Parts: sequence; structure tokens; C-alpha cells
Amino acid sequence: MTQSSLPFLTVIVLLPIIGGIVLAFLPVDRLAKYLGIALSTVSGILALIVMLLFKTGDAKYQFVTNHSWVSSLGIGWHFGVDGISLFLMEMVALIFPIILIATNDKSKNNTYSAWLLILEGACFGSFLSMDLFGFFLFFELTLIPAYFLIIGWGGKDRSRAALKFFLYTLFGSAFLFASMVILVVIHQNQTGVFTFDITKLVHTKLSYPTQVLLFLGFSAAFVVKTPIFPFHTWSPKAYSEAPTSGSISLASIMAKLGTYGLLRFDLNFFPQASYRLAPLLLTLGVIGIVYGAIVAAVQKDFKKLVAFSSLSHLGFVAIGIFAFSTIAMNGTILQMFNHGVLTAAMFLIIGMILDRTKTIDISKLSGLQKAAPVLSGAMIVVILASLGLPGTNGFIGEFLILSGAFIGHRWWAVVALTGVILSAVYLLWAYQRAFHKKAENSTSIIKDMTLKEKLYIAPLILLIFFIGFFPSTMLNKISPSVNSLIHHVRTANHLSSQTAFSSKPTDSTGYRTIQAVTGDKSGQKIVTAQVPTDRTNNSPYRSAVSVNKNTQIKTGNAK
Amino acid sequence: MKLVFLIPAFPLLGALSLIFFGRKLKEPLAGYIATAAVGLSFIFSVVVWIKFLGFSGNVFVDHLFVWINTGSFKVDAALRVDPLSLTMVLFVTGVSTLIHFYSVEYMHKDIDFPKFFLYLNLFVTSMIILVLGNNMLLTFVGWEGVGVCSYFLISFWHERPSAASAGKKAMIVNRIADVGFLLSMFLVIHYVHSLNYSAIFAAGPSLAKTTVDAIVLLAFVGAMGKSAQVPLYGWLADAMEGPTPVSALIHAATMVTAGVYLMVRLSPLLALSPDVAHIITIIGILTAFMAAMSATAQDDIKKVLAYSTVSQLGYMFVGVGTGAYAAAIFLMVTHAFYKALLFLSSGSVIHGMHDEQNLKKMGALKVVMPITAVAFFTGWMAIAGVPPFAGFWSKGDVLVGAFSESWLVWIIGLFTAGITSYYMGREYCLAFLGKARWISESSKGKKKSSKKEDHGHVVDPHEPSFKMMIPVVTLAILALVGGLLNLPFASSLKFLDKFLTPVIAASPSYFHPSAVNQIALGVLDAVFAIGGGLIAYFIWSKTYEKPALEFTLFKNAWYIDKTGDVAIARTSTKLAEVTDNVIEPKVIDGAVIGLSKLVLAVGILVRKMASGFVRREALVIAGGLVALIIIGGLRGGL
Amino acid sequence: MSVDLSYYLILAAVLFTIGLIGLLVRRNVLVMLMCVELMLNASNLTFVAFASKLKDVGGQADVFFVLVVAAAEVVVGLAIIVSIYRKRLGATADDLSSLKG
Repeated sequence: MTQSSLPFLTVIVLLPIIGGIVLAFLPVDRLAKYLGIALSTVSGILALIVMLLFKTGDAKYQFVTNHSWVSSLGIGWHFGVDGISLFLMEMVALIFPIILIATNDKSKNNTYSAWLLILEGACFGSFLSMDLFGFFLFFELTLIPAYFLIIGWGGKDRSRAALKFFLYTLFGSAFLFASMVILVVIHQNQTGVFTFDITKLVHTKLSYPTQVLLFLGFSAAFVVKTPIFPFHTWSPKAYSEAPTSGSISLASIMAKLGTYGLLRFDLNFFPQASYRLAPLLLTLGVIGIVYGAIVAAVQKDFKKLVAFSSLSHLGFVAIGIFAFSTIAMNGTILQMFNHGVLTAAMFLIIGMILDRTKTIDISKLSGLQKAAPVLSGAMIVVILASLGLPGTNGFIGEFLILSGAFIGHRWWAVVALTGVILSAVYLLWAYQRAFHKKAENSTSIIKDMTLKEKLYIAPLILLIFFIGFFPSTMLNKISPSVNSLIHHVRTANHLSSQTAFSSKPTDSTGYRTIQAVTGDKSGQKIVTAQVPTDRTNNSPYRSAVSVNKNTQIKTGNAK
Repeated sequence: MKLVFLIPAFPLLGALSLIFFGRKLKEPLAGYIATAAVGLSFIFSVVVWIKFLGFSGNVFVDHLFVWINTGSFKVDAALRVDPLSLTMVLFVTGVSTLIHFYSVEYMHKDIDFPKFFLYLNLFVTSMIILVLGNNMLLTFVGWEGVGVCSYFLISFWHERPSAASAGKKAMIVNRIADVGFLLSMFLVIHYVHSLNYSAIFAAGPSLAKTTVDAIVLLAFVGAMGKSAQVPLYGWLADAMEGPTPVSALIHAATMVTAGVYLMVRLSPLLALSPDVAHIITIIGILTAFMAAMSATAQDDIKKVLAYSTVSQLGYMFVGVGTGAYAAAIFLMVTHAFYKALLFLSSGSVIHGMHDEQNLKKMGALKVVMPITAVAFFTGWMAIAGVPPFAGFWSKGDVLVGAFSESWLVWIIGLFTAGITSYYMGREYCLAFLGKARWISESSKGKKKSSKKEDHGHVVDPHEPSFKMMIPVVTLAILALVGGLLNLPFASSLKFLDKFLTPVIAASPSYFHPSAVNQIALGVLDAVFAIGGGLIAYFIWSKTYEKPALEFTLFKNAWYIDKTGDVAIARTSTKLAEVTDNVIEPKVIDGAVIGLSKLVLAVGILVRKMASGFVRREALVIAGGLVALIIIGGLRGGL
Repeated sequence: MSVDLSYYLILAAVLFTIGLIGLLVRRNVLVMLMCVELMLNASNLTFVAFASKLKDVGGQADVFFVLVVAAAEVVVGLAIIVSIYRKRLGATADDLSSLKG
């Protein structure tokens, strides 16, 4: 771990929160508006500096600041960033200033900006915290600003939507809190140290049933937050009733808190439970992909459409997490960032349409392309990226996830591929209904994007293509951490890619017998498997075969 | 050869400059910039080709940058220069340049003139990336790129609902097929760990046969969508909603040839998988035949050509399936010449007829449009395979392959060749011969309104401007002499065969019939081609209504598309609605709401205990205290 | 001289019981409050008795806390009672059920 001289991360987390609290009491509305933008931009720039200073090729946490906070409870003010959280932090850093610039022409600007800033700080805190309690604190803190954003500036049915969102996510969090405490207590019983430090808790030894219980407890909070099918029913209502800023924070940022939690905590703390229960999560992810796409196809409300398409796209993320393949996991991190960018852009454009036509009912819109070519152009780019067109960021993520998942979990990947077709169907159909045809009614005669709108949508559009063409710039920073996480899970499950195997030369049956020695708690046992030989020995692309204790045969990449 | 990156770079630059400055550039400058970009790309293709001829190796790879790198899995953005990609890139850029040039005049006065050329340039860029890509993933980039550009271009006149739907349909059908391509790539990643073509071919022989079968078959599924094979061919006919130069581009130079290219590119794997090759042959010949029959009953001048493209693509796949890879490429190149010619000259007709596309409303155009008529005639002869036009040689090669493979395939192919000549003859006769059916229409003074009629003109067919004639005449010459690329008389004259040999799988040994056989086959081809044409001439130059020869089945293209529409599109919409209206609110959210109702019900029950009478509550507390004491006492052993 | 512990405890129990019965039987809110005080002081007595018996000053310390809480309770309770009396004269505890669930 590298100790940084400047407490970058502390500043990044605290600046928006403290700034937000100050803003809330600021009497001058206009000042609050610009101050809000300035504060979030400063945080964003600091985050950018962190990315530039981030050492590529290092799997460990960097920029670590560690102070004791509530020492009697072992809670630390402990922040750090690694390849997994780096780009999630950047996503927060990028999107919040854009939200503030784009949407702060509201009444009660000071409180509006304040809530957004507090939300930004809380999101930073959740992604960067290396202390389980700190994570939980920030994770829950996000609820409050989000709730008030919906309540204060939302649509007609906002109070029901906000309540449902609040209660549902809180319901999941209750399980998280209980499991968290149990984990810490078990750790204390083993080591005598009462601590919430993630790096220490990782070493807790848990029996398999305990792992499963705690895994389910942790996941309960995360699958609701993400949301993953079938825990998504709060999201369409919340997205559609929330103001643009609320929809963006919910869908692009807070959704990632859920997937990040699955990735960071479930996989690290409960590797065996994660591995064994992976089929459950994979199945939910796949169902989510197909189900979300099907339901999205018939939505009339544009925001609800995005809600269901998010469900579908986050299904891919879930698959990437639980496929336990380095390729898929790299894709997952990338896809989390991508989804943030794309959803934000989508909601911003929907917000522009809403400002102009006062409706986002797809059936009431028509002919927008004629009236507003630039706006439509931006929309089609976002749509194409989110249906995974090569050359855009969406493709890289989906491709890596699916190709990685295909290696170990073939049939899930095959079913998930239908999402590729379905996303084209519902997105293009929606586009056709709203943007093509002749402009039929007065609501469709609208003015095109203003300069300000062009300016704040431009960075997102540029990123779509930049990541599409140069994903390696990001993957280089992501992959060391991801690979070490996968290694952690695989070793915990005795699934080393370096399994020692002795292979006899081809026998008459044309099959090569492989004996793999696998370790497990009950001692070593020898598993014999037969694999087709097909002249593998001559091939320069030799596969190593690893066999786990369930005698599933995995073909991995021999280094 | 380091210049190879310039080939895709120029059209990309053209597209970028049109994105940013398109609306300032206006007509016709935007069009000329786009044309110049593609033209430069063609020139550099030629330069690279000339350099390649002096190159000692078979493959030159230009690594541009690392594209994707996850540690264990790496994909480079690298361009592959080899005979196959060069052949493709040469004719793609060449024909595209002509089409671009033609479009400048054709799209005159369109509101979105710069945008049109933006899409065209992107289209060509994608196609170049597709053929030059050094790995399957880069090919896939171009593959999807042409898909999305076709979406833009087909729905270019997006205010027409039919055009918007046609564009969407093209995209979605292609996506369905792309799943095949993706799965094929996943299998390759799994078993080969690299998507580079060289690596795949090196690993090919060591892979299990079923694996190779699956890889090739899935790739072919992708190719079926892109190259519009049965049953995924409906979108190509609908794609006629786009402007005519787009049709020319999609059908002749880019897009639909991508599927054939991919299969030829994978020929080293395909050669290991004879079973899949048989499937390809069957699908190919079926497509050739069914589409040709569909073309006999179409009334739209462009739809005839659309089905003829599908049919010709079927021939190409017959070539691929029977191992006659070079023949497939040969047919693809010559097809690019004569199909572009046919589309552009039909574009001239449509232009001259003021957006009238119905053959039944044309006739006798030869008088007013003599050059176009000659050009179209050349196209007819070429596609029919009348010697010495280009189609005779290329289709001949494919039929030789079919002959070596199976009698049945060959006979169907030969019969289809006759049909081809027949429907093209029908089209030619309906458009250019017979009575001028547009005169009576124009004397009535109204009917279809088109842009130009609005300001006073009646239908007044005329030869297009000189600028539009240049590409047409160039293509006509190419369609005439295209056969020179690969003449069968001596092995020294088989330029294309020789050029391609290093990178495609060797054709099976039986694919070399004796000279006598070859001559006999050639004569048969010619007889069928001429016979079909003559039949068409005798029937259709005299009449234009003969319902007995225009079967409804063929008019509706065997109802495959309509069946698919009903079976898939409608039922799935229904399913989606049921899911949205019943499952989502009642089942999934129902569980959540049920839980909250349960909590509420418990609350209502418990609430009754709080009566509000202080003393009663105090009694409860006291009672609880007493109970606690008693329990504590009992446990304490009192 | 020392009094036996049991006398203190018996006295405390009697006080507590009187307080409890008063709380349950009387309807006057003021009297009920006084009864609560009685119960609190009964327990205080127990604390002190045990503290002196066991020589543990902790019990006496607890009494101080209880006294403080009792004082606070009286302040708040009396304030509430006074405001209730202002609103509706002579209300008994049984009438004050507007907070029922």
C-alpha cells in the first residue's frame, strides 16, 4: 500500500459534503448555483489528478489515508483507491458537475445544489472507503439526498415513488448491517481485534454455511440497490418521477453502488459462497437481461424505458461479476463506467426533450429528428452505444463480459446474447416512434440543442467513442486489481489456473486422461477426467485443464 | 505498405469533416469532398496493391495500436494486407467512388445532402475496416458499422414510416445474425485464445472437429444475415426504401458481400468442415433459386434488382460451399460491377421518371434514354451470363464448382441462371421497350406527386446529366470486360485465382474438370442465359400485363417474411405487453406490495393494544414486571 | 448501630407497592405522577441500602442519576399536566386517550 502525502481522497469526499451543508444555509440563490458547480468541479479535478497519478500495473490500493475515527468500535477514516474503484470514482467526478451544470435552474437552488453535493460526497465515500462501517455509512447517506431530490423536485406521483424507493432499499440495507456486524464479531473472535477494516476482514475464516448466510445478507442490500431482477420494482417509478438529476444519480451512480458492493465485498469476503451461488446470480442476471428488454419494448414513458433497459444492462454487469473470468470481470468494471456515462447522457437528452415538449410519452412524440437534428444525433449515438455497437464503449464492455462468461458459463452467455438482439429492438423502435415520421403535433416543433446543452453533452459523447477505440487506457489500470480479485476467488475455491496435471500421451480411444490433484478441506483427492486430445500437444495454443473439486472441467489459459 | 492505414483514414476523415462542417459546406461541395475522400482511398488501395505485388510475403500486418488488453486476452487494432483483402478493398473503394460521384447529382436538392454523404463515407470506412481487419473482432467492427450505416441510409427519408421501418428491420435482422458471429468469436476465444486470423488458421487443424464445425457454422449464421440468405433475406428487399445510390452501395460494393467475404476469409477453417460446407451449398442454392423466382413477379424496378442480388449472393455461397472460393470472389467482383451498373442506371430511370419506380408505368424509355438503355442492357447481359460479358465467366466458375459437387445443385443453378436472364429481360422490356405507359398517365395530369412535379412539370423522362452518365458508362465497360480478371482458357490467364491462392484454402482436387467438360458446361450456361433472355423478350416486349406469369407466391417472396412478421414480431409484442401489464405489476411488484400489505396488517392488529388508557398500560407494565420476577425467581431456583 | 438490611428492603417494597397501587387506582394525573415518584424513591432506597451494605459507592452514584432523571421527569410531566389542565379543566387520566393507536 502506498501512503500518499496529500490526503487527496479525504478532500475529494469531504469537500462536496461540507460544501453542501454550507450551501444549504446560503441565502443567495444564484451564488449557491455557481458555488455548487465550482465545488463539484474542484472535486472532479482532484479525482482526475488521482487518476493521472494512479500507478498502472499495481493491483493494490493507492492514495491510502488511514486514521482512526471511532477507535473504540474499530472504525477508521480509511480511504484508498484501486483499479476497481478508480473509474467508479471518475464516473462520480464526471457526472455530478454535469448534472449540476445541466439542471440547476430550479427553484430553491441552494438546497437543490446542497443535496446534490452531499450525494456526490456520499457516493465518493462509498466507492473509496476501505472501512466497512465507513462504506455502510456513506452507502446509507446516499439515500437521504436522493429521497429529498425526488420529493422536492419530482413529478406528480413523487411521494409514493420516493417512499417506495427509500423503504425498499432500506429493507435491503438492514440485512447488510446485520451481516456486517456478524462478520466483524466473527473476525474479533478469531483474532481478538474488533475492526471494520476491509483489508483485515478479508482474512476472516468462515465456514461455508456462514459464508452463504452472510453472502445472502450482503447481497440483499446490493441487489436491491442495483437493482437486479426481481428486486427492481422500485426503479421504474423512482426514475420516472425523479427530476433529471435524480434519475441520473439513481441510475448511473447509485446503481453502481450495488454492483460495486457485490464485487468488492461479496467476492472478497465470501469467495466460496460467491462461487457456489454464482449460478443463482447469473440466472437472475440473465433473466433480468431478457425480462428488462421485453418490458422496455412496450414502455410509453421514456424514463421507464431507460429504467428497464438499465435492468437489462445491469444484468450483463451481474453476469460479468459472477462469471469469475478475468476477461468478463475487466469488462464488468468497464461496463459499470459505460453504463454510468450512457445512462446519464440518455437522461440528459430525455430531460431536454421534456423541457421542450413537456412530455416524454413516446406515443405523443414524433418527428423530432427533423426538428432537432443535433439532439437526435446525440440520442442516436447514445442509443447505438447502449445497444453495443462496435467503436462505442458499450460494445467493449458487453463483448468482454459475454466472451469471458462464455468460457466458464456457456449457456448463460448464450441466453444473455439474446439481449443483444432485444436491445436493438426496443431502442430502435422507441427511436423510430419518437424521432422518425413526420412531426404530427405542435409539441414536436422544437428548437435544437442550445450551446450550453451541446457543451455539457459533448464530454459524454466523446467518452463514448474514446472508450470504444482506446479501452486499453482504462483496462491497463483496471486489470491488475481485477486479476488479483479473480485470483483470490479462484484460490479460495482451489481453482488455480496453474493446476498441476499429469497427462498421459494419447491412448487408443482418442481421449487424453488427465489426473488433476485438487486440494480441499477433506484432503487431497485425485480427479480423473477425460478430454478429447485433438492433437492439442502439437498446438501452440495449448490449453491447461483445471479441475475443481466438483470435477467440473475448466479450460483456462495457460500462461 | 505502411500507407495501408490511409485507406480507411480518408473516408473517415471525410465523414468527420462532414459531421462538423457538413451544414456549412452545403451542396455540392460536401458531395465532392466525400467523393474525393473515397477516391483517395481507392488511389491508395492501388498504391498498396502495387507495393504488395513486389512484396515477398503473403501477408503484411500493420499494427496500429493495442485495442483491448485485459492481461490474458489481447486484441490489436491491426490491418491485414493480403491478396484477399486487397482484392476486396480495391473493388469496394473503386465502385464506391463511382457511386459517390453519381450521388452528387442524384441527391441534388435533398435537404439532408451533407448528411447523406456523411453516411456514405462512414459506410465505406466500415467496409474497409471489415475487409482489412486482422482479427475477427476488427472485422466485426466493420460488420456492425455497415449494419448501422445501412440503418441510417435505408431510413434516410425517415419521415416516410415505411423507410423508417425498413431501416430498423435491416438493423434488427442483422443483429439476429450477428449473434451467430459473436458466438463464433466466443468459441474462438475459448479454444484459440486469440482472434487473429493467422492464429485461428494455425490452430484450426488441432481443434476438435465439432469445434471447427460450430465456429464455421455460427459464422455462417452471421453471414446469412448480412448477405441476406434464406430465411433472413426480407430486409434486403425492404432496403429499397433508401435512395437508389444507397441500394447500389449496399448491394454492389459493400455490406451484402461481407458475408461472402467472411466465409472466404475463414476458408482455411471451412475446408476442415465439409459438413458445414454442404449446409452452405444447400442454403446458397436454395436462396439463389427462391430469390430468382421472387424476382420474376416484382413490379418495382428496384425490387427486381434486390431479389436478383439475393439470388446472386446465393450463387456466391454455392461457390463458397463447394470450395470454389476464388470463383465466389470472382463472382462478387463482377457482380459489384454489373449490379452497381444496374442500380445506377435504374436510378437514372427513376430520376428521369421523377421518382416513379413501378415498371408497369414505364415502357419505351429506350427512345428517350438511349444511353441508359444500353447501359441497362449491358447489365442484363452481364448478370444473365451471356458471353463475353463478365457474368458469364464468373458464374461459369461457380457452376463448375457446383457441377463437381453434385448434379442436383448444378441443375438448379443452371435453371436459375435461365430464370435470372428471364427476369432481367422482363425488367428491361417493361422499362425500355413496349408502349410508353407514362404518356397516358402524364396526360391525365396527376397521380403520384413528386418533388419536381410540384413546380409544374409533367412526367417527362429524360437522359440524366453528363455527370451521372460517367459512372454508369464506366461500370458498363467494367461489366463488359470484367471477365478478363480470371479467364479459364489457361492457368496463366487466371489472374485472380493465382493472386488469391496463398490465402484461401486450396480448392478440392475435383474442382478441375477436363477441358471438354468445361467447354460443354460453358455452352450450356450460354444457352440457358440466352434462352431465358429470349423468352422474356418475346413475352414482355409485347405486353405488360400477364398475371399468369406473375405468381402471388413469388410476388410475396414465398411469404417467408410475412410469416416471420406474424410469428415473431406480433407474438413477441403481445408477450411483451402481457409481461408489462400482468407479470410486472401483479407478480413481481405484487410480491413487494404484498409484503408491505402484510406489514400494514400486522400493524393494524398490534395497534389495538395501544388503547390510550394510561392506567391500563401501567397495569400491563406492572403485570410484565411481576411476570419477570416470577420467571426470574423460578429460574433462580426459588 | 445498624439496622438490618431487610427492614430497608421491606420499607422500599411497601413504598413501591403503595406507589404502584396508587398509579393503577387513582385517576388524577397529578397523583399518578406523585405515585411514580414514590416508586422511584422506593428503588432509590433499595440502592442506598445495598450500597451501604455492600460498601459499594456505585449504588449511591446511581441514586443521583435517578434523582436527576426524576427531577427532569417532574419538570416535563408537570409542564404537560399544566398544559392539559389549561386545555380541558379537570381531565382525568382515562380521558386523555387522544394518543391511542
